[in-house]
Amino acid sequence: MATIKVPPVLRPSVGGEKEVAASGETVGAVLHDLAEQHPATSEQLFGPDGSLNRYVNVYLNDEDVRVLDGLDTGVGESDTLVILPAMAGG
Amino acid sequence: MSPSGAEVIRQIKSQVEEIDPAQVSEHLGNGIVLIDVRDSTEWDAGHIPGAKHVPRGYLESRIEGAAGADRGQEIVIYCASGQRSALAAHTLKDLLGYANVKSMTGGITLWKDRGYKVDVPKTLTAEQRERYSRHLLIPEIGLEGQAKLLESKVLLLGAGGLGSPTALYLAAAGVGTLGVVDDDEVDLSNLQRQVIHTTDRIGVAKVDSAEQSITAINPDVNVVKYKTRLDASNIMEIIEGYDVIVDGVDNFPTRYLLNDATVRLGIPVVSASILGFDGQLSVFKPHDGPCYRCLYPVPPPAEMAPSCGANGVLGVLPGTMGLLQATEVVKLVTGAGEPLVGRLLLYEALGATFTELKVRRDPECPICSKDPSEIADEEMGVFPDYEAFCAAAG
Repeated sequence: MATIKVPPVLRPSVGGEKEVAASGETVGAVLHDLAEQHPATSEQLFGPDGSLNRYVNVYLNDEDVRVLDGLDTGVGESDTLVILPAMAGG
Repeated sequence: MSPSGAEVIRQIKSQVEEIDPAQVSEHLGNGIVLIDVRDSTEWDAGHIPGAKHVPRGYLESRIEGAAGADRGQEIVIYCASGQRSALAAHTLKDLLGYANVKSMTGGITLWKDRGYKVDVPKTLTAEQRERYSRHLLIPEIGLEGQAKLLESKVLLLGAGGLGSPTALYLAAAGVGTLGVVDDDEVDLSNLQRQVIHTTDRIGVAKVDSAEQSITAINPDVNVVKYKTRLDASNIMEIIEGYDVIVDGVDNFPTRYLLNDATVRLGIPVVSASILGFDGQLSVFKPHDGPCYRCLYPVPPPAEMAPSCGANGVLGVLPGTMGLLQATEVVKLVTGAGEPLVGRLLLYEALGATFTELKVRRDPECPICSKDPSEIADEEMGVFPDYEAFCAAAG
């Protein structure tokens, strides 16, 4: 199971947790597993066509999956995914 | 009868090899070590670029530090007119064994008469030396770094949560000009975190309140106040001429607008944002690293981007993030260290964790992949669904 770091705005959708575990061999599979476990996250992460919303950045460990293979990027058991939407508070 | 001083100097000059300023100018940077043997006040009034300062009184004890121990090293010595440098060259050759030493004919006086460049180092007043003494002691800052800070112009967007600590510490650090943009007045609910303001200034314009605090800490700082909201009509006029911009604004449209304008003008932005117990920080240095749009191509919808006003923020969090911003500003101005370019730092206060993520330049970025002169006014601050976003955000 990979670890997912959940940003503040998504925490209410995962029962207030900062980190959750989800399984899958790719970034897409892990995020879909998250969405199955916590359906409220589905709409926040994915658009109607199933692709990742453009305003959601996802990092595999410290690297943006956009510069890897996107949702097809392979994920290992000890990897961490960071979900990161922009914040504008000042 | 003993010879007169003038005769001794004449004799020594006749034994020392001299070099014309034209040749020194031509060979500077080609491995020659250029030594200025005048006293400190003369050095401070101006010296030849690249020269090292070894006052004649310290010649024997400090020359190896300046020129190295290799007795074959080519050394050129100068003073004001060529006399002290001849005596110093004689000492180096006869007493210390440096074989390749020359004295520059006519000293810096002739050098200047010929129109060659002179560096005049920034000097500090006695009060400034005392005020900034702890900076002067750090090699990474020192006199040169402090002089850069005193000459720098930094613009703070917002005198709120992030802008308050940043302004206070940049003022204390001796940033020469601090611009402050804010159209708001001090409110009681601000005082839990906006530490530049005080209870007796509730209702006062934030730019005026910020100015009072800044000036109280450091009267050296020139405060430029902009009691306005940054928008497309005024942004270019306000930000032009600043060396660094500190972004602590509380909304996405202004963050995108600021990004586009700063990429166009080539001004680095130290950007932070906060919410609840979480903070984000990065430095967007146009064309050296990614821009804000490379990181966030589009803003999240309003329901995924709550404001501090709506969701709250830990009072000390903007202190933490604002001071990280201030640190990055000092680094950018002085050139010390590795600025947070191409990296995003996340701070989560409840768990006391820092996470660093890589931020890459997007080769398809609609703004920073272009030549800055091709960024049109009507493109700035625009993103897909901009109107819908702004309508939803109210």
